[in-house]
Amino acid sequence: MDSLSAEEIKDLTDRATRIRQHIVKMTKEAGSGHPGGSLSAVEILTCLYFKILNHDPKNPSWPERDRFILSKGHAAPALYAVLAEAGYIPVDELKSLRKLGCRLQGHPSMTCTPGVEMSTGSLGHGLAVANGMALAAKLDRKLHRIYVLCGDGEMDVGEIWESAMLASHYKLDNVVMYLDRNMLQLDGPTEKIMSIEPLADKWKAFGWNVQEIDGHDMREILMATEHASQKHGKPSVIICHTVKGKGVSFMEGSLKFHGKAPTNEECTKALEELGICRQ
Amino acid sequence: MPPVIGKWKMESQRKEYGQALVELGKKKTDIVVLDADLSSSTQTGMFAEAFPERFFNCGIAEANMMDTAAGLAASGKTVFASTFAVFGTGRCYDQIRQSIAYPKLNVKIVVSHAGITVGGDGASHQTIEDIALMRVLPNMTVIVPADAPQTRNVIFKIVDFHGPTYVRIGRADVPTITNADEKFEIGKASVVRDGDDITLIGTGIMVSKCLLAAEELKKHKISTKVVNMSTIKPIDEKTIVKCARETGAIITAEEHSILEGLGSAVAMILGENATIPMRRVGIPDIFGESGDSEELMIKYGLTSENIVNASHEVLSRKK
Ligand SMILES: Cc1ncc(C[n+]2csc(CCOP(=O)(O)OP(=O)(O)O)c2C)c(N)n1
Repeated sequence: MDSLSAEEIKDLTDRATRIRQHIVKMTKEAGSGHPGGSLSAVEILTCLYFKILNHDPKNPSWPERDRFILSKGHAAPALYAVLAEAGYIPVDELKSLRKLGCRLQGHPSMTCTPGVEMSTGSLGHGLAVANGMALAAKLDRKLHRIYVLCGDGEMDVGEIWESAMLASHYKLDNVVMYLDRNMLQLDGPTEKIMSIEPLADKWKAFGWNVQEIDGHDMREILMATEHASQKHGKPSVIICHTVKGKGVSFMEGSLKFHGKAPTNEECTKALEELGICRQ
Repeated sequence: MPPVIGKWKMESQRKEYGQALVELGKKKTDIVVLDADLSSSTQTGMFAEAFPERFFNCGIAEANMMDTAAGLAASGKTVFASTFAVFGTGRCYDQIRQSIAYPKLNVKIVVSHAGITVGGDGASHQTIEDIALMRVLPNMTVIVPADAPQTRNVIFKIVDFHGPTYVRIGRADVPTITNADEKFEIGKASVVRDGDDITLIGTGIMVSKCLLAAEELKKHKISTKVVNMSTIKPIDEKTIVKCARETGAIITAEEHSILEGLGSAVAMILGENATIPMRRVGIPDIFGESGDSEELMIKYGLTSENIVNASHEVLSRKK
């Protein structure tokens, strides 16, 4: 995977930019939602859906597919944007986010949206659910893999560490967790609200294969994922150093845009920065 | 007198909560406040700013927060623990049951963002079962203030009440229907409008809907009593039975599942004491969804019109 061509990188980068544009537009349209933690995870999700996952948007329930669980469910706009880019749902549907009767619920719902593997929103559940899927794959001697994305604030949750123990206890080498280390949670910086460092050492101590990368560098994401797939007998965590609100200057590192949608003007400004004219 | 019906000011219960905590914090140094990474939403952040040494953010760890609260309470502190209603009940039920309710500790669980008026966040965040969960716990007092002034009065009351308490407030601003100087008594309902033909018993934001419904029923020459049942447990059995005897028909209204909330509590009392026609207005036995709060209130049957229709149905069964 380290042999990505310049075209491939360009293709991925363009997709990531389009996904960012979708996120900004759809949260503006909804008038609420979580742009910050959606934008920080864009490269991770782009790599997953366009390079890593073995999946078929035309057949979302294909039994052999790799699974992805968005444990930090409030980043639903990022997931929906990527599902639209991948062809699970029409791009035009993105503007229905959070509207009454829509398929795009404020937090992902597996009974509403094709491609959503697990209903999430209450933080801290995703890894344990991924473990369940990984155990089932092992029981059925299936080779598909389970990927999960967690937030750094989400590391406060006790269940995360219960499931960390379970994954290494059962040698779930078919589980890969991306940890969106954007340094912020809802009330403030993670190290101020609840310090989680030394994070890499904690995961090592729990028996995991640990890597740390720049979570906006797609080559690094792909290489780390490849490396994780070669580790046998251990689950893998990839600590992705990211910037909350990445790509929109006034959202970067901003607490305000954790759970606040952009206004019309902010949306226009953001889209200009993201390099397109409004349609 | 309460403000003119329908011409209500919209005010935030959360803001009242935050301000009440700050005022009480000045007077009572044994008050400590905990939150779980939602202090900017629940408004305990106001207390955190005023008394940083008595505020503990537990991070996104609600179970941990409830047991920590228990430890503080067991050491003589008056503890307020806050988060969203959905996370402050179901997620830490065992901690509340084992370490707060059973040992009767002085923890006040004050949660915001209850019910479907949460809106856009959707079903994962809209608790429609929290009253049920809390009501069934022995030793637990359950309070649902109707509006912002009552929220303040409730907080000022429970601070001196020793024991596990659950207070449920909402996200959205709500119509102010009570007076700031109205006394709040735990376990005492207030009759906010008198009438002879039917009683509407509401809790939380549904009290205002009951008042609107009563105005509508008046046009049909139906004289309606309205009760603000702000304490769900211990429930004011006396007032319920009295209203049943006086009006012979009862409607309950709550922004909660039709199962095991206010409606069930009232139905049980009527069943054992005064069997009269009654009907529950509440959220049907289904999860909520994303949408605008007002739209959701309509879709899930929580409007004054729903109360009016239920009233006509009940009155048709009244002998
Ligand atoms: C159990 C639970 N408690 C509280 C919340 C409210 N909440 C939503 S997002 C958030 C902060 C999440 O921080 P982090 O995991 O770092 O996500 P990111 O910064 O990447 O958006 C909180 C507290 C929740 N969704 N679930």
